[in-house]
Amino acid sequence: MPRLVNLHPSRGTGLLLGLLPFVILVFAYVLGSNARLAENPDDKLLPAPSSFVETINKYAFEEDRRSGQRLWWVDTGASLKRLLVALTLSAALGLALGLAIGAIPYVRSLLLPFVAAFGMIPPLAILPILFIVLGLGETAKVALIVIGITPIVVRDIALRASEIPSEQLIKAQTLGASSWLLAVRVLLPQLLPRLIDTIRLNLGCAWLFLIAAEAIASTEGLGYRIFLVRRYMAMDVILPYVAWITALAFFMDYALRRARRALFPWAESV
Amino acid sequence: MAEVKIRRLWKEYGAQVVLENLNLTIADGEFVTIVGASGCGKTTFLKMLLGVEKPTRGEILLDGQPLVYEPAPDRGIVFQRYSLFPHLTVTENLLLGLELAHSRVLGRLFGRARRQALERAHALLEEIGLYTARDKYPSQLSGGMQQRLSIAQSVICQPKILLLDEPFGALDPGITADMHEIILRLWEANRMTVFMVTHDVKESFQLGTRLLVFDKKRHDPQAPEAYGATVTYDIPLNRNRYPIAA
Repeated sequence: MPRLVNLHPSRGTGLLLGLLPFVILVFAYVLGSNARLAENPDDKLLPAPSSFVETINKYAFEEDRRSGQRLWWVDTGASLKRLLVALTLSAALGLALGLAIGAIPYVRSLLLPFVAAFGMIPPLAILPILFIVLGLGETAKVALIVIGITPIVVRDIALRASEIPSEQLIKAQTLGASSWLLAVRVLLPQLLPRLIDTIRLNLGCAWLFLIAAEAIASTEGLGYRIFLVRRYMAMDVILPYVAWITALAFFMDYALRRARRALFPWAESV
Repeated sequence: MAEVKIRRLWKEYGAQVVLENLNLTIADGEFVTIVGASGCGKTTFLKMLLGVEKPTRGEILLDGQPLVYEPAPDRGIVFQRYSLFPHLTVTENLLLGLELAHSRVLGRLFGRARRQALERAHALLEEIGLYTARDKYPSQLSGGMQQRLSIAQSVICQPKILLLDEPFGALDPGITADMHEIILRLWEANRMTVFMVTHDVKESFQLGTRLLVFDKKRHDPQAPEAYGATVTYDIPLNRNRYPIAA
């Protein structure tokens, strides 16, 4: 009998195994929901799957009676816009600072301790400051995400830059590279795959900050809607919204992974 | 090609003397092989020629001019590993030197300049037997192919001096003969002064036109770091191969 660590599932079995926890979760939910609804047909905690379909239909495909908008898509659009703007800013800022810190010892001495200390500020603790200084509009929400994840991106990119063997940097100098050319032809291209990895790992944090900001001060957005309907214990809205957020985050992660593979094939083996 | 003069060169790290009182004149186009026990300063010597280490005393003259202690295009280097760029294909690795030299802002060539550079790169790839692997990434190459590419990458920039730090140390013994043939061919065709540090004594005799042995002349058992190494043997070799008519 081979050891457990040497047994590998076939492709089909692997796929089935991956689906299994999802199936169990759905099954457990349906069981729980049925049990509660049998006892009390007005139970709000675990609504029946049919009421999800109803709610999704109402939110996604029917116009809201008050605003005349399809709320599901308005919320999704608002949240995604905030998230994408913030992620783009964080990536650009993190890459530029991380590259400068990783490549130039003087910049490293100047900025690395500051970034390390700044990154320790709990972003949610300064959210009130952001609302006071930047107002309750889009800027404060985007700023919260940027402040929350940029320090991590900077430090990770700088770390990756310092991992590039000094042999490569010396070799490039003997081939005539200036500091600038070293940055744009040797360091930057090797940091881009890591930037994608870092953004992927920070997606969870970014969503967290987004929903926190939307919960406190907003007029639309996925986080806003969840916290709005919480007052009515509307689990039939909250649960589909949570599932939708999860699906969006999962898809973003998947798209970034595919993009990395397509754009930087050389980085797959290292 | 360049003449290298080393005058009263010392290298110390604090109280530890690594190299003491090195005096050498290396003629244009010489192929210098350097051997010696581990930790006797061979690599430190090479690093000083490369410009990443400064001597504590004395000086190095390159064609009569004091050496610039920073890596520069007049001195090529091939390390034992890690000297290729993993994000560039074989062709792009070879092109890089030409692009860096001729395009100071973007570091890229376009149009006719790029076609000419490509022609040169492809000719050189043909010469070192890597033309068929021209679109691969370094991680897809064998160790021997990587080192051939690394050597070619330096040679295409036509350095005056080529520094080799145990370039074949991590390779299978079976392929070193091919590597020797290629390095000698490139050396003869490009007229460089070569300094090669190696652990392999046989290799040092086969390749060099001049063999330097680094060792400590004096040794104090109570203070092993008190004395540094210097050149204890300086042997002319293979004068028939010497490219400049002797």
